Amino acid sequence: MTTIAPLSYEQAIERYEPVIGLETHVELGTRTKMFCACPTDFGAEPNTQVCPVCLGLPGSLPVANRAAIEATIRIGLALNCTIASWSRFARKNYFYPDMPKDFQTSQYDEPLCVDGWLDVEVEGELVRVEIERVHLEEDTGKTLHLGGATGRIHGATESLVDYNRAGIPLVEIVTRPVPGTGSRAPLVARAYVTELRDVIRTLGVSDVRMEQGSLRCDVNVSLNRPGQEWGTRTETKNVNSLRSVERAVRSEIMRQAAVLDSGDRIVQETRHFSEDTGDTRPGRSKETATDYRYFPEPDLVPLAPDAAWVAELKAALPESPRLHRRRLQEAWGLSDHDMQSVLNAGAVELIEATIAAGASPDAARKWWMGELARRANETGTELSSLTSPEQVAALQRLVDEGKLTDKLARTVLEGVVAGEGTPAEVMAARGLEVVSDTGALTAAIDEAIAANPAVADKVRGGQVAAAGVLIGAVMKATKGQADAKTVRELILGRLGS
Amino acid sequence: MTTDLVRSSAAELAGLIASGEASAVEVTRAHLDRIGAIDSRVHAFLHVDDEGALAAAADVDARRAAGETLGPLAGVPIAVKDVLTTKGVPTTAGSKILEGWRPPYDATIVRRLREAGLVILGKTNMDEFAMGSSTEYSAFGPTRNPWDLDRIPGGSGGGSAAAVAAYEAPLAIGTDTGGSIRQPGAVTGTVGAKPTYGGTSRYGLIAFSSSLDTPGPCARTIEDAALLHAVIGGHDPADSTSIPAPVPPVVEAAREGASGDLAGVRVGLVRQFAGEGAEPGVVAVFRETVEALVKLGAEVVEVSCPHFEYALPAYYLIAPSEASSNLARFDGVRYGLRVGDDGTHSLEEVMSLTRDAGFGPEVKRRIILGTFALSSGYYDAYYGQAQKVRTLIGRDFAAAFEQADVLIAPTTPFVAFPFGSRTGDPYQMYLADLFTIPSNLYGGPAISVPCGLSDGLPVGLQVMAPTMADDRMYRIGAALESVVPQLVPPAL
Ligand SMILES: [Zn+2]
Repeated sequence: MTTIAPLSYEQAIERYEPVIGLETHVELGTRTKMFCACPTDFGAEPNTQVCPVCLGLPGSLPVANRAAIEATIRIGLALNCTIASWSRFARKNYFYPDMPKDFQTSQYDEPLCVDGWLDVEVEGELVRVEIERVHLEEDTGKTLHLGGATGRIHGATESLVDYNRAGIPLVEIVTRPVPGTGSRAPLVARAYVTELRDVIRTLGVSDVRMEQGSLRCDVNVSLNRPGQEWGTRTETKNVNSLRSVERAVRSEIMRQAAVLDSGDRIVQETRHFSEDTGDTRPGRSKETATDYRYFPEPDLVPLAPDAAWVAELKAALPESPRLHRRRLQEAWGLSDHDMQSVLNAGAVELIEATIAAGASPDAARKWWMGELARRANETGTELSSLTSPEQVAALQRLVDEGKLTDKLARTVLEGVVAGEGTPAEVMAARGLEVVSDTGALTAAIDEAIAANPAVADKVRGGQVAAAGVLIGAVMKATKGQADAKTVRELILGRLGS
Repeated sequence: MTTDLVRSSAAELAGLIASGEASAVEVTRAHLDRIGAIDSRVHAFLHVDDEGALAAAADVDARRAAGETLGPLAGVPIAVKDVLTTKGVPTTAGSKILEGWRPPYDATIVRRLREAGLVILGKTNMDEFAMGSSTEYSAFGPTRNPWDLDRIPGGSGGGSAAAVAAYEAPLAIGTDTGGSIRQPGAVTGTVGAKPTYGGTSRYGLIAFSSSLDTPGPCARTIEDAALLHAVIGGHDPADSTSIPAPVPPVVEAAREGASGDLAGVRVGLVRQFAGEGAEPGVVAVFRETVEALVKLGAEVVEVSCPHFEYALPAYYLIAPSEASSNLARFDGVRYGLRVGDDGTHSLEEVMSLTRDAGFGPEVKRRIILGTFALSSGYYDAYYGQAQKVRTLIGRDFAAAFEQADVLIAPTTPFVAFPFGSRTGDPYQMYLADLFTIPSNLYGGPAISVPCGLSDGLPVGLQVMAPTMADDRMYRIGAALESVVPQLVPPAL
């Protein structure tokens, strides 16, 4: 038994070159399931969104969902894939209670989309990730194992199965192995999944929420000594956030390097990522590889997407998120650094929508990246959950119209975030509107001048800076609801300076 | 009156009901009485639905009384092979593993029967999951041939054929994967038609081999089979492999053929099936039948289908492969039998114990065969190779149909055999489908028409037609029927 000495990440990368690969599953947001007309709503009572087809009852037959095929082709096109002119579904056979038919209808050697790529930006550089295939399959049900220690099937006394998810269309996107990323491998993996998520979200075919499982990721890692053949790879499952993608690759690189350094070899296996510890653990080892006995699904006819249809879908693709971002950065006049901050804050779309609702780029960015970002940070909430782009634009409109000062607007925003209503409603309810009634202002100014005759004289004598005292008095009298600039002009006009 | 009713054809019964000479309830009751009187000996039925049948019949009578225009077979009773789902009515596929299961939905064909006013009498016996040629593999005991109760009625649809032959039902639904409608038809002296694959919906048919399974009609006359074909056929959006085209003009063809004129029709004699492999009595009747066709004006040409000899082995790779996957779902988790769920077994063990107890030996044999044929490393040599043979057989058919409008062969190499005579050697049983399998692999329609007796037992002529030319086989069948005396089994 060799002892395995831990290595730092830097040491690991010094000695070994990582090769990564990613398999991503995306649940499509189609209205109905892949092979039946059942709804796909998330979070319904268990086993209420089922029918003979998705329960795999004897005699039932699948009919492929055209919307799902279209969505898959659009994903393939957005990933620069070739769309197969002839493609088939295949059965993947294995026994498991959450699979109603004990086989999964999937695709094997004739997938819908092949040979694509996705460019991702890592530390200002473009990395091209090649896509091997994009195929369509059905999701399984969900099993809940009770009575066991681990929540796994072993040791459980009871298993409950919910088939609501069974048959929801699932797109699998498989990259080719990505070599040559060196120490940036974890960042590349994260950037790829992020970019993929954005691409798919832009297409509007899935809500791609990792926390709800509508985007799931398996991470493959192998290491080799420089100049040598690629090593044995492991597949890490249960990677449920962007941060985890990065951490899983990193920890697997460190683990494998330590194993190799000790003279041991890497076992080809499936591992599970633990959010708590940040490392990977071996899954249940299978003594022999499962033979899925794939064969063409005889219950479905082959798919032969019409070339004209594919061309039409291609022409209608939205701009890629990366190009879109570049265009926004120019339009908003941001430096790379500022744009990166906006991206990191997840504020691109919010700012874009705020501008669309009428605010200037500067104002939109100021609110989202300033006051709102600070608040999101403090409370640990999603930026988008605080308020809407429409409300922010409405707030800015009040400022632009002179009804609110910047300071007042921040207070109004507080009320909006607290759910007190629209900016106009909050302003009215809290009585925060700028005092622009000249009569009221004139009275306050007269009062201030009368109360401070010496200061007034100085101002009259040309010492304009002395006006600050008078302005302060007026602002105090109007409880800050006057526009300081207006007050200043009025005072100077009055004192003839 | 009762005897007359049960011996009437479906077309005659429909006429009696339409004219008011008999009510649907009377007709149904007569058949239920007949079943009650003889089915303990024949065992064609696994489940008789007296109540449902009488209610459906009463509904037809009420609708007729209300002046509704009903379909051409309204009020006519029918038996349904127990492999098609019937809502709320037990459906077992002849297997212990589904004993007690009541499906929550009707198969498309069953729904169409109900909508057309046919009265479903019950569910008929079959070899387990339609795997067999004798009903000896039914988990609920075999069906007996009305011609000789010590002999098999054919299979897998022996129950449907025997019910029709024994006058328990004028019509029945069968399913044909390798000959399961035609071979029982031949050995019981009844008509059995396998439509074009995709011409009749598989939705609700418990799958044996998805790329081959084809539901079709069983009847005592060609016209009845055609009438039933027209009711159940046609596109079904719930079955992706269903052909989006109207049913070929089968009823018209049956009526045209009844005139007995086959002038200008080219009948292809498949050289490979013209004598070899069949027992002498069957060959003799077949030759007489060919002469009869010539007398009717048909031109007989010899055609060669060199790959037909590989049909049987190819079939016994493709069908079990698909079956191994189709039958995986019977795992005790969701419905049917569950064994070992006593807290001492793991889930995997419960699945395994359930399948071990629930499946019979022939089903297990085919699951193992199919699992092997699909396994990695063997796929190309077995499943892949069989698919190539399938393509070649399709080409043989295409070439033959250049020379002939239809092809003919005996339906099955031998007449009804005694129970137990072929169960010892699976291959001897598989040979029963030697002549029927090519049409399944090709996908074209084929029919078995009663054409004579050999040693007092029925022999069938098989007529094979190009895909979606189902009408042709009905025309030939009706012409032959017009000159061959009807085969009537001894009284039970
Ligand atoms: Zn469903």
